[in-house]
Amino acid sequence: MTLLSVDLILGVCGLVVGAVALAIARDRTHPHRRGSAAFWGILAVVTGAGPWIPPAVVGYAVVVLAVLAAARAVEPPAFRGADPAELARRAAELGNRLLRPVLVVPAIAVAGGLILYRIRFGDLAVVTENQAAQVALGLGCLVGLGWALRTTRETPRTAVTEGGRLLQLIGWALVLPQALAALGGILGKAGVGEEIARLVAAALPVQDPFVAVLAYCAGMAVFTILFGNAFAAFPVMTLGIGLPFIVRAHGGDPAVMGALGMLSGYCGTLVTPMAANFNIVPVRLLELRGDFTVIRAQAPFAAAIWLFNVAVMYASVYAPGP
Amino acid sequence: MIKLLGIALVAIGLALRWNTLAVVLAAGVLSGLLAGFDLHEVMTLTGQYFVENRRVLLPVILMLPVVGVLERHGLQERVGHLIRRLEAASAGRILWIYQAVRGACSVVGLNIGNHASAIRPLIVPMAEAAAEKKHGALDERARTDLRAHAAASENVGNFFSDDIAVAVGALLIIEGFFRSAGVEVRLRDIQFWSLPTAGWVLLIGAWRYRALQRRLEAATRVDPPRGEGRTS
Repeated sequence: MTLLSVDLILGVCGLVVGAVALAIARDRTHPHRRGSAAFWGILAVVTGAGPWIPPAVVGYAVVVLAVLAAARAVEPPAFRGADPAELARRAAELGNRLLRPVLVVPAIAVAGGLILYRIRFGDLAVVTENQAAQVALGLGCLVGLGWALRTTRETPRTAVTEGGRLLQLIGWALVLPQALAALGGILGKAGVGEEIARLVAAALPVQDPFVAVLAYCAGMAVFTILFGNAFAAFPVMTLGIGLPFIVRAHGGDPAVMGALGMLSGYCGTLVTPMAANFNIVPVRLLELRGDFTVIRAQAPFAAAIWLFNVAVMYASVYAPGP
Repeated sequence: MIKLLGIALVAIGLALRWNTLAVVLAAGVLSGLLAGFDLHEVMTLTGQYFVENRRVLLPVILMLPVVGVLERHGLQERVGHLIRRLEAASAGRILWIYQAVRGACSVVGLNIGNHASAIRPLIVPMAEAAAEKKHGALDERARTDLRAHAAASENVGNFFSDDIAVAVGALLIIEGFFRSAGVEVRLRDIQFWSLPTAGWVLLIGAWRYRALQRRLEAATRVDPPRGEGRTS
């Protein structure tokens, strides 16, 4: 038992999303009032109370979210931009006080992550060590919000309106990372990864040391592109190709292989829409047209970094250790 | 082979531009059914994974109200104002410095920001103000190019340095995997062999952001500066 927990902070998240859902439900000018209110309302309940709801019920609720998204019921309304002259006037008036609430968030998140779990009241710890970083981030955001409202003399209602505006810009893409985690988990249980590793090993001449490195790094990248997560690709590719061929058959160094293999997977993360929180959410958040704009910018990074990883791995993995 | 149909569904769905959320969910259900689970079991798994992973929502949901309120009072304008006073500031330099600082903090296990808490409220306004000061108003294409690279600076800074710190996700996953597979590796060696790539991404960043900078210059040389429309 601890004073604070990630579940508690997620309860607060549920309340915020619930308030946004309520505001949408009351907004008669909203073009997708019912669909949007339903989407955010369901998400609020699942986020805030998820662990106390039977998992199958959550599963069906997620299906409803996907149906609402596919029916285009969660598109954001056209938000009116603020008057540029008014914004410039407010910016000059408030000056650097506008920046402090944004900067206090990482400050509290970092400091809290280091300190919070060491504080105890008698037998009661504030938070467990492995939850400290997330809880501190949550607290940082809440402090930042309080500070922002005080600086701007706004009410919590404005926080819901403005937060809701940005949440609706992201829309259904917000829950894509969780849906992908579910897909990855089910694929893992179904043994799909092992099947792919077996196919790759059968199709390529991995008896050659260089081909083994190439197949492993390419497998990490491609598998990550498919699943959106290098951590999911790592055990599959390493069991299927890395350990049997690079380490056992050719005597490669597993530490070199593991480090550069994981980094090759990250190159896949840079170019896949499956890594939605990294590549799709920012498209919405930065109001870019076209879901692939961030991925296109990252593709040259991915290619250059992947080639480097392959080169370093081939040059070092088979070298005799120190 | 039939197990791979779920993945094929994802590829087809994305190619045909169906709704990604629906495609992903359908692929999960299909894969689960093909693997012999019944529908109730698949829904239970879906709900379980969805709830277990809902903490990715936390930084976004709680940060957006802070950013939204401050934006309505001129946060982005203020950030731009500060940057315009710096002679040496350019969009490319700002993005490179953010990527480097993000990476350096990630090395010691500190997470200083993400797209919601740093890129939208701070880095994009900084880079846009610097670019507009140097080259005049940005057109839609130049602005998109710049913002996409700002998102990239966050991702690249975030990804390629986190194997170096102790007790961070990726490092423990690699070590834990090898331990359970009965292969002996030292944590120190994994950390050491992550270093070259962490250095290399800084060079690649310098290359990409300089290319961005050149495109911004070229774009604004053709189009004379126009009044800038602010989107919300």
